[in-house]
Amino acid sequence: MAKTLFDKVWDSHVVRSIKDGPDVFFIDRHFIHEVTSPVAFLGLESRNNSVLYPERTFATADHNTPTMNQHLPVEDPLSANQLNALEKNAAKYGISHWGLGDENNGIVHVIGPENGITLPGSTIVCGDSHTSTHGAFGAIAFGIGTSEVEMVLSTQCIMQPKPKKMRINVVGKLGLGVTPKDVALYIIAKQTTSGATGYFVEYAGEVFEDMSMEGRMTVCNLSIEMGARGGMIAPDAKTYEYLKGRSQTPKGADWDKAMNYWQTLYTEEDAVFDEEFTYEASDIEPMITYGTNPGMGMGVTKSIPTAESLEGGIETYRKSLGYMAFSEGDSMIGKPIDFVFLGSCTNGRIEDFRAFCSIVEGRKKADTVTAWLVPGSHKVVDQIKAEGLDKIILDAGFVLREPGCSACLAMNDDKIPAGKLSVSTSNRNFEGRQGPGSRTLLASPLVAAASAVEGVVTDPRTLMAS
Amino acid sequence: MAYDKFTTLTSTAYPLPIENVDTDQIIPARFLKATERVDFDTNFFRDWRYNQDGTPKADFPLNKEMYAGSKILVGGRNFGSGSSREHAAWSVYDFGLRCVISSAFADIFKNNCLNVGVLPVQVSAKFADMLFDAIMADPKTEIEVDLPNQKVTLLTTGASESFDINTYKKDNMLNGFDDIDYLKNIEEEIVEFAKTRPF
Repeated sequence: MAKTLFDKVWDSHVVRSIKDGPDVFFIDRHFIHEVTSPVAFLGLESRNNSVLYPERTFATADHNTPTMNQHLPVEDPLSANQLNALEKNAAKYGISHWGLGDENNGIVHVIGPENGITLPGSTIVCGDSHTSTHGAFGAIAFGIGTSEVEMVLSTQCIMQPKPKKMRINVVGKLGLGVTPKDVALYIIAKQTTSGATGYFVEYAGEVFEDMSMEGRMTVCNLSIEMGARGGMIAPDAKTYEYLKGRSQTPKGADWDKAMNYWQTLYTEEDAVFDEEFTYEASDIEPMITYGTNPGMGMGVTKSIPTAESLEGGIETYRKSLGYMAFSEGDSMIGKPIDFVFLGSCTNGRIEDFRAFCSIVEGRKKADTVTAWLVPGSHKVVDQIKAEGLDKIILDAGFVLREPGCSACLAMNDDKIPAGKLSVSTSNRNFEGRQGPGSRTLLASPLVAAASAVEGVVTDPRTLMAS
Repeated sequence: MAYDKFTTLTSTAYPLPIENVDTDQIIPARFLKATERVDFDTNFFRDWRYNQDGTPKADFPLNKEMYAGSKILVGGRNFGSGSSREHAAWSVYDFGLRCVISSAFADIFKNNCLNVGVLPVQVSAKFADMLFDAIMADPKTEIEVDLPNQKVTLLTTGASESFDINTYKKDNMLNGFDDIDYLKNIEEEIVEFAKTRPF
């Protein structure tokens, strides 16, 4: 039977299948961070197990880290405690650890690809739902719980039933000001936050073929927001070009061998998906969310739908709008904002900073807006400086911070105060996600930049045209 | 992570008829800073359960005396969406719940529940609505969750529905086993398999 890309990668990692049960699924690469790993290490110790393949696990500090003055000790004792636990556990078991201040440190889903740890055809897990990011390289990558982190540490396997397969095609060409983030938010708005539950998604079609690796990472990153276990895109010349020469990618004859394998990673023509959707690129405009889940998004020029126009859950819908202090029928354009956040594993890559700078260059930040610009890694910082983007940022009245998850989930010092409205390039607008009582509008770096200079929600196309 | 065996559970239930309840509500990120698995019940639904000054919100179902001590939570559609944080499942367990019933669960949350001894029972939307109506009408309404026979029953009317769980996970829940026990037993096979991986 003809195989999909997903079938090829999944099937080649099954150690054994259990009848009417899960597959024993082998993991090539395991990322750990300070929040979801400490209890897994405790479990390991209480069972007297060790780490079976320490060279397959990579540790970084990101969720808890401050984004200013990283050279100083971390002030929050609980955060410091978690960061210390990670460092200690990594040292004890011989796991590579890129802690705070290390030149390779950054957000786990930014540094994986950047260092060539993420490879096509591999399986990657991490105790973080946005592990789906790595699917951009044709890997099967998904988030796991702490019990599973312990499983991978001690046996390099987890036990998973094979998900169903979905293909999402986006055909045609994207319009002015429409970024990969908008493509993803558009798809999630169509699918809702549960539309792809039980599925693994392959993204296909011209729009993804044209997309940069950074853009593909943004789209795959957000797959989890429609309930999918993960998303993936078949590797191509762009993928190989991105990977070649990175610190951990195969070299010499190993590279040639890997390339031979990678070129077999595509969905065969007769392969069948359990579900398939096709969207037109020309229907997508810059997006913005208005509610408290990522599925509650719309074109930035549209008005908030009425509860009656949606299927089911009217009470939940009204609760959500009530939290946001919005009303049905409201237009988002022109709403005054308090904060802008550029960063996270969704939009903290070099391309996102380029996009942001393309709007703010020669303009000034609105006085009423507090902006946090947080690169995803030290390598992104270096690239920002090498390209002179730091000067543009500074001239426009912004400050560049140090890498970390920052205001995406507010486990660190970067919290949006209660009641304040934030335009955020991160991945979730859940109640209190950016701090208790905070209100989040998810958007692309272009929408964030335009809103940062205007002080109100702004369609970036109006600034791009002028 | 050891947990108590699960066979048949009969209990009243907390109703939470809200859709898309995400893991950030079940336990907000600021309470994920522990390095040990202790006391996750304290901040279970923290921001929905308590006002900012720390006083309980009287109208939130988990605070209502009439449901106190229930071992089942009946949640709205797409329960547990969002993060992979297992802390969400720990807080369900630590709060004293052994079963969550919903018409749809997010994948990772469901998996995490199974790994920590909480049984996620997926029922039809119609059955879930019937449970909500019955509990709202009478908080003493008891629900029986029969894992061996994969059946959930509303004891007041006898209305029941069967639910799915794969045989392997069912055996684990019935015996209090977990995946690591299984995986450690086939370690040699895993090591042989690892040798075939190209990178």
